[in-house]
Amino acid sequence: MRLEVDIAGKTFRNAAGEQHDVIAGVAFALDAGEVGVLVGPSGCGKSTMLRILSGLDPDFEGRISRPADARIGFVFQEPRLLPWRSVEENVRLVAPQADEAKLSALFEILELNAHRNHFPGELSLGLARRVALARAFAVEPAFLILDEPLASLDAALAARMRDQIAMLMDNRAMITLLVTHDVDDAVRLGDRLFLLSPRPARLLAELPIHTPRGTRGEAEIAAIKLDVIRRINGDPSARESV
Amino acid sequence: MPRLLSFAVLLTTWWIGSLLAGDAKLPPPPTVLSAMIAEARSGDLFFHLGVTLARVALAFTLAMSLGSAIGYLMGRVRLADRLGDPWLILLLNLPALVVIVLAYIWAGLTEVAAIAAIAINKLPTAVVTLREGARALDAALDEMATIFALPRWKKFRHVVLPQLSPYVAAAARSGLSLVWKIVLVAELLGRPNGVGFEIGVAFQLFDIPRLLAYSLSFAAVVLLIETLLVQPFEARLSRWRPRAA
Repeated sequence: MRLEVDIAGKTFRNAAGEQHDVIAGVAFALDAGEVGVLVGPSGCGKSTMLRILSGLDPDFEGRISRPADARIGFVFQEPRLLPWRSVEENVRLVAPQADEAKLSALFEILELNAHRNHFPGELSLGLARRVALARAFAVEPAFLILDEPLASLDAALAARMRDQIAMLMDNRAMITLLVTHDVDDAVRLGDRLFLLSPRPARLLAELPIHTPRGTRGEAEIAAIKLDVIRRINGDPSARESV
Repeated sequence: MPRLLSFAVLLTTWWIGSLLAGDAKLPPPPTVLSAMIAEARSGDLFFHLGVTLARVALAFTLAMSLGSAIGYLMGRVRLADRLGDPWLILLLNLPALVVIVLAYIWAGLTEVAAIAAIAINKLPTAVVTLREGARALDAALDEMATIFALPRWKKFRHVVLPQLSPYVAAAARSGLSLVWKIVLVAELLGRPNGVGFEIGVAFQLFDIPRLLAYSLSFAAVVLLIETLLVQPFEARLSRWRPRAA
Protein backbone atom coordinates (compact mmCIF):
# COMPACT_ATOMS: atom_id res chain seq x y z
CA MET A 1 0.00 0.00 0.00
CA ARG A 2 1.36 3.31 -1.01
CA LEU A 3 0.16 6.86 -1.43
CA GLU A 4 1.53 8.75 -4.42
CA VAL A 5 0.78 12.39 -4.78
CA ASP A 6 1.55 14.68 -7.66
CA ILE A 7 -0.43 17.89 -7.53
CA ALA A 8 0.70 20.22 -10.28
CA GLY A 9 -1.64 23.06 -9.39
CA LYS A 10 -4.82 24.07 -7.66
CA THR A 11 -6.60 27.36 -8.09
CA PHE A 12 -9.55 28.82 -6.28
CA ARG A 13 -11.99 31.33 -7.63
CA ASN A 14 -13.26 33.65 -4.91
CA ALA A 15 -16.68 35.30 -4.74
CA ALA A 16 -15.42 38.29 -6.71
CA GLY A 17 -14.32 35.98 -9.53
CA GLU A 18 -10.58 36.42 -9.00
CA GLN A 19 -8.33 33.41 -9.34
CA HIS A 20 -5.94 32.43 -6.59
CA ASP A 21 -3.21 29.84 -6.83
CA VAL A 22 -3.26 27.73 -3.70
CA ILE A 23 -0.90 24.94 -4.64
CA ALA A 24 1.90 25.41 -7.17
CA GLY A 25 3.45 21.97 -7.20
CA VAL A 26 3.70 19.28 -4.56
CA ALA A 27 4.79 15.72 -5.24
CA PHE A 28 5.64 13.02 -2.72
CA ALA A 29 5.03 9.41 -1.85
CA LEU A 30 4.29 7.68 1.41
CA ASP A 31 4.35 3.98 2.35
CA ALA A 32 2.09 2.16 4.77
CA GLY A 33 3.45 2.35 8.28
CA GLU A 34 5.03 5.73 7.62
CA VAL A 35 3.95 9.01 9.17
CA GLY A 36 4.32 11.84 6.70
CA VAL A 37 4.10 15.39 7.96
CA LEU A 38 3.22 18.41 5.89
CA VAL A 39 4.91 21.35 7.57
CA GLY A 40 4.24 24.85 6.42
CA PRO A 41 3.08 28.30 7.51
CA SER A 42 -0.62 28.86 8.21
CA GLY A 43 -2.66 29.51 5.13
CA CYS A 44 -0.17 27.84 2.78
CA GLY A 45 -2.78 25.45 1.39
CA LYS A 46 -2.25 22.45 3.66
CA SER A 47 -5.92 21.95 4.41
CA THR A 48 -6.75 22.29 0.72
CA MET A 49 -4.26 19.56 0.03
CA LEU A 50 -5.92 17.29 2.57
CA ARG A 51 -9.29 17.85 0.92
CA ILE A 52 -7.75 16.80 -2.39
CA LEU A 53 -6.02 13.76 -0.90
CA SER A 54 -9.13 12.55 0.87
CA GLY A 55 -11.16 12.82 -2.32
CA LEU A 56 -13.40 15.66 -1.15
CA ASP A 57 -12.10 17.99 -3.83
CA PRO A 58 -11.56 16.36 -7.23
CA ASP A 59 -10.95 19.68 -8.98
CA PHE A 60 -7.15 20.04 -9.33
CA GLU A 61 -4.35 19.52 -11.81
CA GLY A 62 -2.29 16.43 -11.28
CA ARG A 63 -2.65 12.88 -10.12
CA ILE A 64 -3.14 11.02 -6.87
CA SER A 65 -2.95 7.32 -6.41
CA ARG A 66 -4.07 5.80 -3.17
CA PRO A 67 -5.32 2.31 -2.37
CA ALA A 68 -8.77 1.88 -3.84
CA ASP A 69 -11.61 1.86 -1.30
CA ALA A 70 -9.15 2.52 1.49
CA ARG A 71 -10.90 3.30 4.74
CA ILE A 72 -10.07 6.87 5.64
CA GLY A 73 -9.85 8.25 9.15
CA PHE A 74 -9.90 12.02 9.25
CA VAL A 75 -9.30 14.24 12.25
CA PHE A 76 -10.55 17.63 11.16
CA GLN A 77 -9.12 20.84 12.53
CA GLU A 78 -12.47 21.74 14.08
CA PRO A 79 -13.64 18.40 15.47
CA ARG A 80 -16.85 18.09 13.39
CA LEU A 81 -18.71 15.91 15.86
CA LEU A 82 -22.46 15.49 15.67
CA PRO A 83 -23.73 17.75 18.48
CA TRP A 84 -26.92 15.69 18.86
CA ARG A 85 -25.14 12.40 19.48
CA SER A 86 -23.18 11.43 22.58
CA VAL A 87 -19.44 10.89 22.50
CA GLU A 88 -19.85 7.14 22.28
CA GLU A 89 -22.56 7.36 19.61
CA ASN A 90 -20.37 9.67 17.55
CA VAL A 91 -17.65 7.04 17.49
CA ARG A 92 -19.89 4.01 17.05
CA LEU A 93 -21.78 5.61 14.20
CA VAL A 94 -18.78 5.64 11.86
CA ALA A 95 -17.31 2.40 13.21
CA PRO A 96 -20.16 -0.07 13.63
CA GLN A 97 -17.70 -2.96 13.38
CA ALA A 98 -15.68 -1.87 16.44
CA ASP A 99 -16.42 -4.07 19.44
CA GLU A 100 -16.63 -2.99 23.05
CA ALA A 101 -13.12 -4.15 23.94
CA LYS A 102 -11.58 -2.13 21.14
CA LEU A 103 -13.57 0.95 22.01
CA SER A 104 -12.74 0.83 25.69
CA ALA A 105 -9.06 0.42 24.90
CA LEU A 106 -9.30 3.47 22.66
CA PHE A 107 -11.25 5.52 25.20
CA GLU A 108 -8.79 4.43 27.88
CA ILE A 109 -5.76 5.73 25.99
CA LEU A 110 -7.49 9.00 25.13
CA GLU A 111 -8.89 9.39 28.68
CA LEU A 112 -12.46 9.59 27.42
CA ASN A 113 -14.09 6.90 29.54
CA ALA A 114 -15.72 9.40 31.88
CA HIS A 115 -17.19 11.30 28.96
CA ARG A 116 -18.84 8.53 26.96
CA ASN A 117 -22.36 9.79 27.53
CA HIS A 118 -21.63 13.49 27.24
CA PHE A 119 -22.77 15.52 24.28
CA PRO A 120 -20.08 17.36 22.28
CA GLY A 121 -21.47 20.73 23.40
CA GLU A 122 -20.46 19.83 26.94
CA LEU A 123 -16.81 19.17 26.05
CA SER A 124 -13.77 21.45 25.96
CA LEU A 125 -11.86 21.77 22.70
CA GLY A 126 -9.18 19.37 23.93
CA LEU A 127 -11.76 16.72 24.77
CA ALA A 128 -13.66 17.21 21.54
CA ARG A 129 -10.40 16.78 19.61
CA ARG A 130 -9.76 13.53 21.45
CA VAL A 131 -13.23 12.29 20.52
CA ALA A 132 -12.41 13.13 16.91
CA LEU A 133 -9.18 11.14 17.32
CA ALA A 134 -11.08 8.21 18.79
CA ARG A 135 -13.51 8.33 15.89
CA ALA A 136 -10.73 8.32 13.29
CA PHE A 137 -8.84 5.45 14.93
CA ALA A 138 -12.01 3.43 15.60
CA VAL A 139 -12.60 2.88 11.88
CA GLU A 140 -9.14 1.21 11.70
CA PRO A 141 -8.21 3.33 8.73
CA ALA A 142 -5.84 2.36 5.96
CA PHE A 143 -5.22 6.07 5.46
CA LEU A 144 -5.21 8.37 8.46
CA ILE A 145 -5.29 12.13 8.05
CA LEU A 146 -4.70 14.49 10.95
CA ASP A 147 -5.29 18.19 10.32
CA GLU A 148 -3.58 20.26 13.04
CA PRO A 149 -4.77 17.97 15.83
CA LEU A 150 -2.82 19.89 18.48
CA ALA A 151 -3.47 23.49 17.39
CA SER A 152 -4.81 25.99 19.95
CA LEU A 153 -4.33 23.74 22.97
CA ASP A 154 -2.14 24.67 25.92
CA ALA A 155 1.39 23.26 25.83
CA ALA A 156 0.95 20.63 28.55
CA LEU A 157 -2.24 19.23 27.07
CA ALA A 158 -0.78 19.28 23.56
CA ALA A 159 2.24 17.29 24.78
CA ARG A 160 0.01 14.71 26.46
CA MET A 161 -2.15 14.33 23.38
CA ARG A 162 0.93 14.04 21.22
CA ASP A 163 2.04 11.06 23.29
CA GLN A 164 -1.43 9.54 23.01
CA ILE A 165 -1.41 9.95 19.24
CA ALA A 166 2.07 8.40 19.05
CA MET A 167 0.87 5.45 21.13
CA LEU A 168 -2.16 4.91 18.88
CA MET A 169 -0.09 5.18 15.70
CA ASP A 170 2.56 2.74 16.86
CA ASN A 171 0.48 -0.42 16.60
CA ARG A 172 -0.93 0.13 13.15
CA ALA A 173 0.40 -0.26 9.63
CA MET A 174 -1.43 2.53 7.89
CA ILE A 175 -0.51 5.49 5.77
CA THR A 176 -0.58 8.51 8.04
CA LEU A 177 -0.47 12.11 6.98
CA LEU A 178 -0.22 14.82 9.61
CA VAL A 179 -0.54 18.51 8.92
CA THR A 180 0.98 20.98 11.31
CA HIS A 181 2.66 24.36 11.47
CA ASP A 182 4.46 23.32 14.66
CA VAL A 183 7.98 22.08 13.92
CA ASP A 184 8.30 20.40 17.30
CA ASP A 185 5.16 18.28 16.77
CA ALA A 186 6.33 17.44 13.27
CA VAL A 187 9.75 16.19 14.37
CA ARG A 188 8.41 14.22 17.34
CA LEU A 189 5.61 12.47 15.42
CA GLY A 190 6.80 12.19 11.82
CA ASP A 191 8.94 9.74 9.88
CA ARG A 192 9.15 11.84 6.76
CA LEU A 193 8.76 15.61 6.73
CA PHE A 194 7.55 17.56 3.72
CA LEU A 195 8.39 21.23 4.05
CA LEU A 196 6.07 23.58 2.21
CA SER A 197 6.53 27.16 1.06
CA PRO A 198 4.03 29.94 1.80
CA ARG A 199 1.03 30.11 -0.53
CA PRO A 200 0.95 28.96 -3.30
CA ALA A 201 2.44 25.84 -1.73
CA ARG A 202 5.55 24.27 -3.27
CA LEU A 203 7.50 21.39 -1.81
CA LEU A 204 10.71 22.96 -0.44
CA ALA A 205 12.30 19.77 0.83
CA GLU A 206 11.63 16.21 1.83
CA LEU A 207 13.29 15.19 5.05
CA PRO A 208 13.25 11.57 6.17
CA ILE A 209 13.98 10.87 9.84
CA HIS A 210 15.66 7.50 10.18
CA THR A 211 15.58 6.99 13.94
CA PRO A 212 12.29 5.34 15.02
CA ARG A 213 9.88 7.67 16.78
CA GLY A 214 10.22 6.20 20.26
CA THR A 215 14.00 6.28 20.36
CA ARG A 216 14.71 9.84 19.25
CA GLY A 217 16.80 11.66 21.83
CA GLU A 218 16.26 15.29 22.75
CA ALA A 219 19.58 16.27 21.15
CA GLU A 220 18.61 14.63 17.87
CA ILE A 221 15.19 16.24 17.90
CA ALA A 222 16.73 19.64 18.51
CA ALA A 223 19.18 19.14 15.62
CA ILE A 224 16.44 18.13 13.18
CA LYS A 225 14.29 21.06 14.29
CA LEU A 226 17.13 23.45 13.63
CA ASP A 227 17.60 21.94 10.19
CA VAL A 228 13.89 22.24 9.40
CA ILE A 229 13.73 25.84 10.52
CA ARG A 230 16.78 26.75 8.44
CA ARG A 231 15.29 25.13 5.36
CA ILE A 232 11.90 26.77 5.83
CA ASN A 233 13.52 30.16 6.19
CA GLY A 234 15.26 29.63 2.89
CA ASP A 235 18.88 29.35 3.98
CA PRO A 236 20.60 28.82 0.60
CA SER A 237 23.37 26.55 1.91
CA ALA A 238 20.73 24.25 3.40
CA ARG A 239 18.70 24.07 0.22
CA GLU A 240 21.68 22.88 -1.82
CA SER A 241 22.21 19.89 0.41
CA VAL A 242 18.74 18.45 -0.28
CA MET B 1 -49.56 26.31 38.78
CA PRO B 2 -49.11 29.51 36.70
CA ARG B 3 -51.12 27.79 33.97
CA LEU B 4 -54.00 27.18 36.35
CA LEU B 5 -53.89 30.78 37.48
CA SER B 6 -53.99 32.03 33.92
CA PHE B 7 -56.97 29.77 33.26
CA ALA B 8 -58.75 31.18 36.31
CA VAL B 9 -58.13 34.72 35.04
CA LEU B 10 -59.68 33.78 31.69
CA LEU B 11 -62.75 32.32 33.39
CA THR B 12 -63.22 35.36 35.62
CA THR B 13 -62.87 37.75 32.71
CA TRP B 14 -65.45 35.76 30.77
CA TRP B 15 -67.89 35.80 33.68
CA ILE B 16 -67.50 39.56 34.22
CA GLY B 17 -67.86 40.06 30.47
CA SER B 18 -71.12 38.14 30.41
CA LEU B 19 -72.45 40.21 33.32
CA LEU B 20 -71.66 43.39 31.38
CA ALA B 21 -72.82 42.23 27.93
CA GLY B 22 -75.85 40.25 29.01
CA ASP B 23 -76.68 36.55 28.75
CA ALA B 24 -77.99 36.77 25.21
CA LYS B 25 -74.67 37.90 23.73
CA LEU B 26 -72.22 36.16 26.03
CA PRO B 27 -73.70 33.41 28.20
CA PRO B 28 -71.83 32.83 31.51
CA PRO B 29 -69.63 29.73 31.98
CA PRO B 30 -72.30 27.54 33.71
CA THR B 31 -74.75 27.91 30.80
CA VAL B 32 -72.09 26.95 28.29
CA LEU B 33 -70.97 24.07 30.49
CA SER B 34 -74.47 22.64 30.68
CA ALA B 35 -74.81 22.93 26.89
CA MET B 36 -71.52 21.11 26.62
CA ILE B 37 -72.70 18.35 28.96
CA ALA B 38 -75.96 17.96 27.03
CA GLU B 39 -74.07 17.58 23.75
CA ALA B 40 -71.66 15.15 25.37
CA ARG B 41 -74.50 13.03 26.81
CA SER B 42 -76.15 12.64 23.41
CA GLY B 43 -72.76 11.64 21.97
CA ASP B 44 -72.89 14.38 19.33
CA LEU B 45 -69.99 16.30 20.81
CA PHE B 46 -67.59 13.37 20.63
CA PHE B 47 -68.77 12.35 17.19
CA HIS B 48 -68.20 15.80 15.70
CA LEU B 49 -64.92 16.30 17.53
CA GLY B 50 -63.75 12.90 16.31
CA VAL B 51 -64.66 13.64 12.72
CA THR B 52 -62.86 16.97 12.84
CA LEU B 53 -59.78 15.43 14.46
CA ALA B 54 -59.62 12.74 11.80
CA ARG B 55 -59.68 15.43 9.09
CA VAL B 56 -56.97 17.38 10.88
CA ALA B 57 -54.81 14.29 11.25
CA LEU B 58 -55.15 13.30 7.59
CA ALA B 59 -54.65 16.77 6.14
CA PHE B 60 -51.77 17.53 8.50
CA THR B 61 -49.92 14.29 7.73
CA LEU B 62 -50.44 14.73 4.03
CA ALA B 63 -49.26 18.34 3.99
CA MET B 64 -46.28 17.74 6.28
CA SER B 65 -44.90 14.74 4.44
CA LEU B 66 -45.42 16.19 0.99
CA GLY B 67 -44.31 19.67 2.04
CA SER B 68 -41.16 18.39 3.77
CA ALA B 69 -40.16 16.34 0.74
CA ILE B 70 -40.72 19.22 -1.68
CA GLY B 71 -39.04 21.72 0.63
CA TYR B 72 -35.97 19.49 1.07
CA LEU B 73 -35.73 19.03 -2.68
CA MET B 74 -36.03 22.75 -3.33
CA GLY B 75 -33.37 23.49 -0.72
CA ARG B 76 -30.90 21.01 -2.20
CA VAL B 77 -31.53 21.20 -5.95
CA ARG B 78 -31.28 24.59 -7.58
CA LEU B 79 -33.41 23.63 -10.57
CA ALA B 80 -36.22 22.40 -8.35
CA ASP B 81 -36.09 25.69 -6.48
CA ARG B 82 -36.28 27.71 -9.69
CA LEU B 83 -39.19 25.65 -11.01
CA GLY B 84 -41.10 25.49 -7.77
CA ASP B 85 -40.70 29.04 -6.54
CA PRO B 86 -43.47 30.76 -8.56
CA TRP B 87 -45.93 28.01 -7.56
CA LEU B 88 -44.89 28.40 -3.98
CA ILE B 89 -45.44 32.16 -3.97
CA LEU B 90 -48.84 31.68 -5.59
CA LEU B 91 -49.92 29.06 -3.07
CA LEU B 92 -48.56 30.99 -0.10
CA ASN B 93 -50.66 34.02 -0.95
CA LEU B 94 -53.81 32.29 -2.13
CA PRO B 95 -56.59 32.91 0.43
CA ALA B 96 -57.75 29.73 2.18
CA LEU B 97 -61.33 30.47 1.20
CA VAL B 98 -60.49 30.43 -2.51
CA VAL B 99 -58.82 27.04 -2.24
CA ILE B 100 -61.69 25.55 -0.27
CA VAL B 101 -64.43 26.88 -2.56
CA LEU B 102 -62.60 25.81 -5.71
CA ALA B 103 -61.92 22.35 -4.26
CA TYR B 104 -65.63 21.89 -3.53
CA ILE B 105 -66.58 23.11 -7.00
CA TRP B 106 -64.10 20.92 -8.81
CA ALA B 107 -64.17 17.79 -6.66
CA GLY B 108 -67.71 18.03 -5.33
CA LEU B 109 -68.77 18.32 -1.70
CA THR B 110 -66.69 15.31 -0.78
CA GLU B 111 -64.33 14.27 1.99
CA VAL B 112 -61.44 14.16 -0.47
CA ALA B 113 -62.08 17.74 -1.52
CA ALA B 114 -62.19 18.93 2.09
CA ILE B 115 -58.96 17.20 3.12
CA ALA B 116 -57.15 18.20 -0.05
CA ALA B 117 -58.18 21.82 0.42
CA ILE B 118 -56.93 21.88 4.01
CA ALA B 119 -53.69 20.19 3.03
CA ILE B 120 -53.08 22.59 0.14
CA ASN B 121 -53.46 25.51 2.51
CA LYS B 122 -50.82 24.15 4.86
CA LEU B 123 -48.44 22.76 2.22
CA PRO B 124 -46.60 25.97 1.18
CA THR B 125 -45.59 26.97 4.71
CA ALA B 126 -44.10 23.52 5.27
CA VAL B 127 -42.24 23.81 1.96
CA VAL B 128 -40.83 27.23 2.80
CA THR B 129 -39.67 26.20 6.28
CA LEU B 130 -38.06 22.94 5.16
CA ARG B 131 -36.40 24.63 2.21
CA GLU B 132 -34.75 27.02 4.64
CA GLY B 133 -33.67 24.05 6.74
CA ALA B 134 -32.21 22.22 3.78
CA ARG B 135 -30.29 25.33 2.76
CA ALA B 136 -28.82 25.67 6.23
CA LEU B 137 -27.39 22.13 6.33
CA ASP B 138 -23.80 22.14 7.58
CA ALA B 139 -21.39 21.36 4.74
CA ALA B 140 -18.64 20.46 7.23
CA LEU B 141 -20.72 17.63 8.71
CA ASP B 142 -21.67 16.54 5.23
CA GLU B 143 -17.96 16.21 4.36
CA MET B 144 -17.36 14.29 7.57
CA ALA B 145 -20.10 11.81 6.61
CA THR B 146 -18.62 11.46 3.12
CA ILE B 147 -15.08 10.84 4.38
CA PHE B 148 -16.20 8.24 6.90
CA ALA B 149 -18.31 6.62 4.15
CA LEU B 150 -21.56 6.66 6.11
CA PRO B 151 -24.26 4.75 4.22
CA ARG B 152 -26.93 6.98 2.71
CA TRP B 153 -29.69 6.08 5.16
CA LYS B 154 -27.43 6.43 8.21
CA LYS B 155 -26.26 9.79 7.00
CA PHE B 156 -29.81 10.96 6.51
CA ARG B 157 -30.91 9.72 9.89
CA HIS B 158 -27.97 10.84 12.04
CA VAL B 159 -26.53 13.81 10.17
CA VAL B 160 -29.28 15.41 8.07
CA LEU B 161 -32.47 14.74 10.01
CA PRO B 162 -31.27 16.15 13.35
CA GLN B 163 -30.32 19.37 11.56
CA LEU B 164 -33.75 19.55 9.96
CA SER B 165 -35.67 18.67 13.10
CA PRO B 166 -36.02 22.25 14.43
CA TYR B 167 -37.42 23.23 11.04
CA VAL B 168 -39.76 20.25 10.99
CA ALA B 169 -40.90 21.18 14.50
CA ALA B 170 -41.46 24.80 13.46
CA ALA B 171 -43.37 23.73 10.35
CA ALA B 172 -45.46 21.30 12.38
CA ARG B 173 -46.21 23.89 15.02
CA SER B 174 -47.25 26.67 12.65
CA GLY B 175 -48.90 24.17 10.31
CA LEU B 176 -50.97 22.60 13.03
CA SER B 177 -52.36 25.96 14.12
CA LEU B 178 -53.15 26.76 10.51
CA VAL B 179 -54.95 23.45 10.05
CA TRP B 180 -56.96 23.94 13.26
CA LYS B 181 -58.18 27.24 11.85
CA ILE B 182 -58.95 26.11 8.33
CA VAL B 183 -60.61 22.80 9.06
CA LEU B 184 -63.64 24.51 10.59
CA VAL B 185 -64.10 26.76 7.56
CA ALA B 186 -63.92 23.77 5.25
CA GLU B 187 -66.50 21.95 7.35
CA LEU B 188 -68.77 24.96 7.53
CA LEU B 189 -68.79 25.32 3.76
CA GLY B 190 -69.21 21.77 2.61
CA ARG B 191 -69.40 18.97 5.14
CA PRO B 192 -72.47 17.53 6.92
CA ASN B 193 -70.59 16.91 10.18
CA GLY B 194 -67.65 18.07 12.29
CA VAL B 195 -67.21 20.95 14.71
CA GLY B 196 -67.29 23.50 11.89
CA PHE B 197 -70.63 22.19 10.67
CA GLU B 198 -72.10 22.34 14.20
CA ILE B 199 -70.86 25.88 14.68
CA GLY B 200 -72.48 26.83 11.39
CA VAL B 201 -75.79 25.38 12.57
CA ALA B 202 -75.52 27.11 15.94
CA PHE B 203 -74.78 30.38 14.14
CA GLN B 204 -77.89 30.06 11.98
CA LEU B 205 -80.05 29.32 15.04
CA PHE B 206 -78.23 31.99 17.05
CA ASP B 207 -77.65 29.31 19.68
CA ILE B 208 -74.71 30.95 21.41
CA PRO B 209 -74.26 28.46 24.30
CA ARG B 210 -74.01 25.62 21.76
CA LEU B 211 -71.67 27.66 19.59
CA LEU B 212 -69.40 28.32 22.55
CA ALA B 213 -69.70 24.74 23.78
CA TYR B 214 -68.31 23.42 20.51
CA SER B 215 -65.69 26.14 20.14
CA LEU B 216 -64.37 25.62 23.65
CA SER B 217 -64.37 21.82 23.45
CA PHE B 218 -62.42 22.16 20.25
CA ALA B 219 -60.00 24.60 21.89
CA ALA B 220 -59.60 22.18 24.82
CA VAL B 221 -58.72 19.34 22.47
CA VAL B 222 -56.18 21.53 20.66
CA LEU B 223 -54.61 22.51 23.97
CA LEU B 224 -54.47 18.91 25.11
CA ILE B 225 -52.80 17.73 21.92
CA GLU B 226 -50.30 20.59 22.05
CA THR B 227 -49.29 19.88 25.66
CA LEU B 228 -49.35 16.10 25.55
CA LEU B 229 -48.01 15.43 22.06
CA VAL B 230 -46.32 18.39 20.41
CA GLN B 231 -44.42 19.89 23.34
CA PRO B 232 -42.89 16.64 24.69
CA PHE B 233 -41.84 15.80 21.13
CA GLU B 234 -40.11 19.16 20.75
CA ALA B 235 -38.40 18.74 24.12
CA ARG B 236 -37.08 15.32 23.08
CA LEU B 237 -35.69 16.64 19.82
CA SER B 238 -33.73 19.39 21.52
CA ARG B 239 -32.50 17.44 24.55
CA TRP B 240 -28.87 17.74 23.42
CA ARG B 241 -29.01 21.55 23.45
CA PRO B 242 -27.82 23.36 26.55
CA ARG B 243 -30.93 24.62 28.34
CA ALA B 244 -31.82 28.29 28.28
CA ALA B 245 -31.65 29.80 31.75
